[in-house]
Parts: sequence; structure tokens; C-alpha cells
Amino acid sequence: MKQTASILSVYAADTSGACSALYELGGMSVIHDASGCNSTYTTHDEPRWYHQDSMVFLTGLTEADAILGNDEKLVGDLVQTAMELRPRFIALCGSPVPMMVGTDYDALAIEVRLKTGIPCFGIHSDGMHSYLHGASQAFLHVCEEFCETSVPRNQNTCNILGLTPLDFSTNGSVQKLRNILERNGFRVIAPLGMDCTLEEVSQMGSASVNLVVSHAGLATAQWFQERFGIPWVAGVPVGTEFSRQVLMSMQSSAQTGKCAVPCAETRHDAAQDAPLVVGEAIFAGSLAAALETETGAPVRILCPLEHDASLLRKTDSTTEDEDEIAALFTTATGVVADPLYRPVCPATVPFHPLPHEAYSGRCYRHLIPDLIGTPIAPLLAAKENVECFVLTK
Amino acid sequence: MLTRLQPNQVQPGLELRIAEAGFPAPFASTLEYNPPARGTWNIVHTGMLLPEAHQIYACAQGCLRGVILTAAEMKAMDRMSWISVKEEDLFNGTMEQNVVSGVSHILERLPRMPRAVLLYVSCLHLFTGCDMEVMLNQLRERFPDIDFTDCYMTPTMRKTIAPDPQMRRQLYSLLRPLPLDEQFVNLIGNDLPTRPSCELFTILHQAGKTIRDITLCHSYDDYLAMASSAWNLTFLPVAIPAGEELQERLGQKHLHLPLVYTIEQIQEAYRTLAQGLQINLPDLTPLTETATRRLREVAKLLKGLPVAIDASAAPRPLNLARCLLEHGFRVNTLYADDFPSCEETDFRWLQGNHPELLLRPVGNPSMRFAARGMHEPILAIGQKAAYFEQTPHFVNMTAAGSGLFGFDGLLGLADLLEDAFLHEKDIERVISHKGFGCVSCLGGCLG
Repeated sequence: MKQTASILSVYAADTSGACSALYELGGMSVIHDASGCNSTYTTHDEPRWYHQDSMVFLTGLTEADAILGNDEKLVGDLVQTAMELRPRFIALCGSPVPMMVGTDYDALAIEVRLKTGIPCFGIHSDGMHSYLHGASQAFLHVCEEFCETSVPRNQNTCNILGLTPLDFSTNGSVQKLRNILERNGFRVIAPLGMDCTLEEVSQMGSASVNLVVSHAGLATAQWFQERFGIPWVAGVPVGTEFSRQVLMSMQSSAQTGKCAVPCAETRHDAAQDAPLVVGEAIFAGSLAAALETETGAPVRILCPLEHDASLLRKTDSTTEDEDEIAALFTTATGVVADPLYRPVCPATVPFHPLPHEAYSGRCYRHLIPDLIGTPIAPLLAAKENVECFVLTK
Repeated sequence: MLTRLQPNQVQPGLELRIAEAGFPAPFASTLEYNPPARGTWNIVHTGMLLPEAHQIYACAQGCLRGVILTAAEMKAMDRMSWISVKEEDLFNGTMEQNVVSGVSHILERLPRMPRAVLLYVSCLHLFTGCDMEVMLNQLRERFPDIDFTDCYMTPTMRKTIAPDPQMRRQLYSLLRPLPLDEQFVNLIGNDLPTRPSCELFTILHQAGKTIRDITLCHSYDDYLAMASSAWNLTFLPVAIPAGEELQERLGQKHLHLPLVYTIEQIQEAYRTLAQGLQINLPDLTPLTETATRRLREVAKLLKGLPVAIDASAAPRPLNLARCLLEHGFRVNTLYADDFPSCEETDFRWLQGNHPELLLRPVGNPSMRFAARGMHEPILAIGQKAAYFEQTPHFVNMTAAGSGLFGFDGLLGLADLLEDAFLHEKDIERVISHKGFGCVSCLGGCLG
């Protein structure tokens, strides 16, 4: 039955995605909410919350404010805090109740911008979409606001689009990604979302190619293509051979100006019993591509999240329904997925746990591997080495 | 609109001496910050106290995420299911039907039927005017062997009733009327069992009473038996609605014995108990002397080391501060955004006797950067005080009492203070643990 699950988890929501995307840029992200979205974000979805300061707050919405429309207090609180803390920008993120009562984030943002002189934008999140939806809006807003338009194009340079710890954790994989690119002749102008500053963002228009590493970066990549003529390549350089293919695609795109989707294009349609990789479209597709290059056998992906059809092959699946996922697992000769999917995988189907922060939060954070540039096949060879600690009975 | 400050309110972010502070909210409200201290229980932890029950949440994905991962970290995903609410559901008239169909589907797929279902709805259901009774009645007809009750994940509605007291009330809503037996006394509304060494048990046992407590129930039948107890005792302010509801619905008499720390108020609580239950009290003098002696002993050990308390550590943080000051501790900082109205007497006492005591806010945006400063040696009580002061010497306890009550509670507190002084804790590891005293996949059961 749609929208119902007996035992599976859910992915991080759009509010978390937006705050995660903006976390390191020196802005102030404010969730218009009573407390829950902010608490979930700072507890389960933000591994940087304890050690790295960032101005993420909530408005403390009450039933009276929601019903009576006390926007004056909201604007007053935003202005007062902004004037005290002087953020580089302000992002006002929505949640379910404000969505239901029709809060006009864009109008509020204009009012706050006029009163503070600080760039302000609204994120149309409502807690009913995945983190990709929120992060995607946030990345696009930042680029629209801060990218300088008259920067000269630099050869052999790139941006990384779509980075958040929700997909890449904080296990060093972003630095490794950067190293791989630089070792292969690409200077990284901005790894937007992690280890990135607004000054770097301002120069993003000078890149010769954009590397899109999650669906959260796709809309921004398309904007850069339209606005600056920068082509994009969708793929995460995991595995050894597939990493090489991604880098070749980037070189080719930088020269031809044509976009490429190695996470789907380098794969072949898979058999109906092929192994399944579950996750975000570009990351899962890249893993599947890497597995195919290393084992010779095509692999399917299951993307239960927002995606673009161009990122998938026709033998891939997109359901988010628990029953359909369970049925799909019965057809596979192996499943690579977050450990919290384990309860719906039949005992006869080998299950290979690959923790994903956007799904299981901090439960398995210490076990999330850095797969950038390293062989992937051992994932399928590995025994179940992660305790799927979800059952008490 | 800039916030108009009330008399005796200061601009948030500034500390102030209690002598100059207003009551009950010394700091003006503004945007809120959420420090990374996770020990306080949420509605999932409380619901898990009901044996053989299954929790089902109907709400938006963003709200589901927090409760599901709470259960996952508790290693209890098999006691939790969900129905997500999408945008279109709000406008197509299917909210009730989605819940009934979803719950039915979930129950039919469970490996075995639970004895009870806690059905949690969200702010969205209340705002759209969902008919909870219709949903529950349909489910009761479909599953006559399961007890259903309504629970609420409605933080937006907190000015009407906050989620915590509401959850503690609904936790006992499945108790059905039984003949009342004066022999039995329930302790209700606590997260954790009270220490067995507590003199309350001795006093009640000597009066021929038997104690029941949901934290000690092993089965749903154990829970149902609580309905036959003639008395419900509550320690926490957030448990009072549960006591009142049971008194009205089942006829169980409710007695609130506040979880307090000063000697006089503990004695007063026991006098309330004796008067209510019509039982004799033993001479409390030896207990008083032992507790006083032990607290003074630990205060001496600390040799004037400053102590900071945060409001998440005790239901009455001002009363706790007063108790410690009366016994020779050097309490110099209190972290709180506001105080419960029952604390006014202690607030005035502190203003008069320790006017230099500093108040600092907890949730103000400026506190985002507070934990990064230079810090003097200090002992903290509570996770947020430990975080802001960045001291590894802290007592890990929460406002739900942590099992401490009465004079024995003071002895327990003294032991915790001594241990905190002598031994360091890993601040990040301890305060990141969600749900004080609960099992966690992040590492054992920190209590």
C-alpha cells in the first residue's frame, strides 16, 4: 500500500536537505517550524552539528501564530537575529504547517532583505519531499545570488555539485574526490556544499565543466549550462575503472560542451534477476556502473527518491513502496542497500549493507565507507558485517 | 517588528544576575537554537514503555524521520510503523481513510498482532479537522482484539498542551475501569524506575501498600492491572494531566508529590503523602540528617568548585540550586530560558540570598557560539550545561527525574556529584545519546 511502511525507515526530508546544503557557507538558515524539523535535522541529519558552528535556527511556530498569521513577529525575529549575527545570507525554510496555511516565503524574504540589506531567499520545503528537493533549491538559490556573471572561463577546472553529508557523510570522501580530480588535471573551483566558501561560489561561473554527484546538484548544473554554457557530467568516481570513465567524460564534455551521464550511459540493461543497488540515482547508478565494469555483469538500481529519467536505465526501478521494494528484492541475486532495508530482504537473497546517512542517519555513520576511487566489487563479496539492529523481539 | 522587552527582560544572549532578572521568563523570545544534547525523552521513548504495544505514526516525511530514527537507535524498529502524509492528501478528503487503511494494512503484515496500538497523528490532522473518533472506532471494529488509543505528535499545538504531558497522559488512556483496591499505589508519569532504596517504598510497604509502575511492567496485563490501584502518585509536573485524567475517568485518587530537593519541601511532600493516604510517617529526622551530612561532605570535596545547572536536568532547577547552595555548594550559573510557575518562591529566595547567581539562556541564537569560548574549571549538572561549559565533569541527568526522589534522591544526587567531580565523561558521546537510560545502537545504555 502506498505511503505506508511496517518496518522500513524514511529518507531525510527537504528541510534537512536545504540546511545541509547551506551549512558551511556562512549564512543563517531558519526553519519555520515548532521544533520537530529542526530537532530531527540537528540530531539525525547533520553530522557537523556538534563540532562545526553554523547558524541554523527555528522560528518556534505556535498554533496561534499559524492560525492568526503572525508574520510580523516572524519578520521581527529574523531581522533582529540577523542584525546581531550578521550572516552572509538568510534562508527561510518551510515545514508542513506553514505550507498548509499558505505562507508566502518569497514575500517574507523580500521584506527581510529590504529591512536588513542581507540577501534573503525562501526555500519551498514542506517536510513532504526528500532531502534532494530541499538541497536542490538551496544550491540553486546560492548560485543565483552569489555567482559572478563576468568571470573568465578557465580551462581544466570544475565545480562539484550536489555535495552534502547526507550522501557523502563526513568520512573524508569529499577530500578524496577533490584529490582525484586534481590529480587528473582538474582544478576544483568550488565543491559546493562541503569544504566550500562563498568566495569560491562567486567564481563558479569560470569552470570548464561541472561534476554532478547527486540529484541535488542537477538543477544547479542545468542553470550553469543555460546561464554560462558550462556542460555537466553526472557520476561519482567510485571504483577504479569507473572513476577513469567519469574523468574521461569530464575531459570530453569540457572540450565539446556536451553533457554526459556516465552513471547511466556506461551501464547496460540488466537481467531481471540482476543484483540491486538501492539509493540516490547518481550515487547508486555510479556504484552499479562500477560493479558492472569490475564484474562484467550489469546491475540494476532502485531509486526510491526524486530523480530525473535521464539518470536511469529502463531496467532500473523507482518505487518507494515497502511492499514493492520487498517484492523487488525477492527477484535479485543480491541487494546492496542501507542496513535498515535488511528486514524486507528475504533470507535467501544475499544482503550487502552499505549505510547511507540520508536513510539511517547516525546509526551506522562510523561504518560508511569511502568508495571514491576504490574497487567496489568487494561490496558484493563481503559478508553481512553490519548488525541490522532493528529487532527487539 | 522588533520585540518589545518586558520589564526585567534583557536582550537575549546576555547573561544577567538573578537579582535583576524577571520571572518566569528573564529573556525575550526570538528565534531558537537547539544545542546538541539529546538525553531528554521524546514521545517515542515514552510510548515504548507500554509492553506488547505497537506505535503507528501518521505524518509528513520530515516528522516521521525523527521518530523512526529514534526507534532505530533504540533497536526497536519492529515496534514502529508509519503512514506518510503527502501534499495532495491535505486537500482530497482522504486523511481519515488513509489512516484507517494504512493502519489496517500495517497490522495485517505484522508477524503477530500487538495487544495495543498507539496511533500518533500530527499537527496536519488537527489543522484539517480529522475526526479521530471515527478513525479509532473503525479500527476497533476491524481489530476487536487490539486496544487502540490516540496519541499526538503535535509540537505546533504546544500552547494548548505540550507533547510531553500529553503523551504521558495518553500512555495511561488504555487502562479500563476495574474495582479499586486500596492496597495498590501506582507511580505514574516517570521515565525510569525510582531507585529501590528510596524511603518512599519503605513507607508505603510499612503501610501495607504495593507499588505498581509502568516502568516495571513486563506485560500488557501488568499494565492493565494498574487500573485497580486506588492511588496514583505523580512526581513530575508533566505527569499531572495523566493523574487528573485517571482520577476523572477511573476514580483513582491522584496525589502530586513534587520532585523537590530542599529538605523542607521533601518533608512537606511526605506529609502530603501521609495525609492523603491516611498512613503513618516514620521519624524522618535520621533520613534528613544522613542526606544533609552526605551533601555537605561532597560540597567539601569540591572545595568551592563552581557548579552550573541547566533547566533540562531537573523539573525544578531553581529548587535544586537552592538545595545545593544551602548545603555549601558554589552554584554560580543557571542555564534556562524560563521557569515553571511553581518555582517562584525559590526564585525570590535566590534573588534575596544569592543575587550574584548568573542566568544564561539556552535556546537563544547567540548561544550557538557559547560552547567555543574559554572555560574555567566547573562542574555541570545537566547535558546542556556540560556542553556550554565544555566540562567533562558533569552529572548526566534529565528533568524526568532520573530515578531520584526524596531523601534517597539526595543521596543519589550526592553520589552523582562526587562521581562527576572525580571522573571525567566524554561530553559528546554522552550527550549525543538519545533518550537518557534507553538502549542505543550508538553504544550501550547510558544513564
